Amino acid sequence: MNHDSYSDDYIREILNSVKTVAMVGASPQNVRPSYFVFKYLAERGYDMIPINPGQVGKSLVGKPFVASLREIDRPIDMIDVFRSAEFVMPIVDDALTLNPLPKVIWLQLGVRNDEAATKAEAAGIKVVMNRCPKIEYGRLSSEISWMGVNSRTLSSKRAPPPTMGMRLSLNRGSIGGGGTDAADRAAKNKNDIV
Amino acid sequence: MNDRIPGFATLAVHAGAQPDPTTGARATPIYQTTSFVFNDSDHAASLFGLQSFGNIYTRITNPTTSVLEERVAALEGGTAALATASGHAAQVVAFQQLLMPGDEFIASRKLYGGSINQFSHAFKSFGWNVVWADSDDIPSFERAVTPRTKAIFIESIANPGGSITDIEAIAAVARKAGVPLIVDNTLATPYLIRPIDHGADIVIHSLTKFLGGHGNSLGGIIVDAGTFDWSKDNKYPMLSEPRPEYHGIKLQETFGNFAFAIACRVLGLRDLGPALSPFNAFLILTGIETLPLRMQRHCENAKAVAEWLSAHEAVAEVNYSGLPSNRYHTLARKYAPKGAGAVFTFSLKGGYEAGVSLVSNLKLFSHLANVGDTRSLVIHPASTTHSQLDDDAKTRSGAGPDVVRLSIGIEDKEDLIADLEQALSA
Repeated sequence: MNHDSYSDDYIREILNSVKTVAMVGASPQNVRPSYFVFKYLAERGYDMIPINPGQVGKSLVGKPFVASLREIDRPIDMIDVFRSAEFVMPIVDDALTLNPLPKVIWLQLGVRNDEAATKAEAAGIKVVMNRCPKIEYGRLSSEISWMGVNSRTLSSKRAPPPTMGMRLSLNRGSIGGGGTDAADRAAKNKNDIV
Repeated sequence: MNDRIPGFATLAVHAGAQPDPTTGARATPIYQTTSFVFNDSDHAASLFGLQSFGNIYTRITNPTTSVLEERVAALEGGTAALATASGHAAQVVAFQQLLMPGDEFIASRKLYGGSINQFSHAFKSFGWNVVWADSDDIPSFERAVTPRTKAIFIESIANPGGSITDIEAIAAVARKAGVPLIVDNTLATPYLIRPIDHGADIVIHSLTKFLGGHGNSLGGIIVDAGTFDWSKDNKYPMLSEPRPEYHGIKLQETFGNFAFAIACRVLGLRDLGPALSPFNAFLILTGIETLPLRMQRHCENAKAVAEWLSAHEAVAEVNYSGLPSNRYHTLARKYAPKGAGAVFTFSLKGGYEAGVSLVSNLKLFSHLANVGDTRSLVIHPASTTHSQLDDDAKTRSGAGPDVVRLSIGIEDKEDLIADLEQALSA
């Protein structure tokens, strides 16, 4: 497929359907882009797995590092690659040994390897290149608009309120507010008459 | 790509705005608040560390202002934008990301007088050195390039002379020099000219003028085209090097093709402070919704007034590139086929005295120092906006002593012509 541009529907379908995401090249340093993306996606409910052979024994925002894709004990929906283009082919080769196969291989902003993409696609894996899932999630949800970024989306539809389906408003901490003494007295007097 | 790319008028009404998720309000609410409550301390830390998108403090982001930013970015075809308290503030913030003390930038001599002053004096005190070139002489830009050059700055339609700049020719010079081209697109607005389509890397506006359009709110904006590679050499450390302000983040690496807009926000606006008021953002947004309609009318009226003036016996010369006789007419047809804007100058055979007399005799045109209002405006630049320039610089920037500048509004053109007629014969 054409990898110069992607439709919003293609990206939206991927971000809506994947649950488990293995990040190859995840960095424990909290100023690195991979750390930003890992944390952001974890906060949005994705089951994130950091892969970095140099960090095994440590964890990233509470998730233990693993050394390679093959050491993950559960099916992976998406592999997010934070390595430069020359390291992508071996990662795709590794991914093709997995059972079940991952549904998506995503190469970060600035990373493109058409040969590796063709190989993955031949096995039925969807590929995204030179994009960031954090930016795409933020763009399609309009969150990124808070930073003045052109989300390239228009909609007259109201987004679901953040509390929909939850009882957050009941559980918010609060203190006593102003009284309604007059109404209370009126109610009392009314009772007296009855 | 999506099925359809919306047209300009649709973007002018909708881009950046969506129904308020909490209340359902359809017009963009005015979030007149200084600060925003964090979900918890981790959320706060994520926001301060630039790890999450969200609002902290209105000096950095505000949900009303961000609608304006996204809308102008969409209209210009940029990746992101940053609004500021004025057009001048936009220029300070943009240049702060590009220049270190001792650096240079090249600017066209044909600029708004306020920009000439800002570049010549305030910027000089920061150690940012302007080198002037002539937009009618493209090789003068090439000759001005030195190893310290960090940017080239032009106006798409120059104020006050209404001359049209050959953006593509100067963009080629900028590309060869490896520096970004900054275009002040205030007088054209993206409805008439989209500089990014012609090679601009950064677009700047005074929103105060046609974009806001009603003469009621100051504002400025910086649009990032997302086209410049800030990391290909070490010329732009604000974007390519680890930033100590944010514990070592590299902005281009982290934010990709909208890194310049982020730098302007988190290094410029955060530290220098010229944030736009949310109320002004709301008024300017409302103005932008009718930008295409207003610009059509502004241009139609301006052409009619320019044609009428050029046939008047008291008039020596009309400098409006929408007239076939104008030296910039070919460029106007290339860059601004929908209209040559609504700000232009003319000179009277009676010279300085006749100009002063005309200004004082007009009854519908307002004598004031602004352009791009619904109302028609008039000024004598040599004694006002350009008064701090020497005579030579006045003439070179199109503001000689006999020149009167008009900003044509959206009134009935017959009334504008009648006012000029009575003032010229008074």
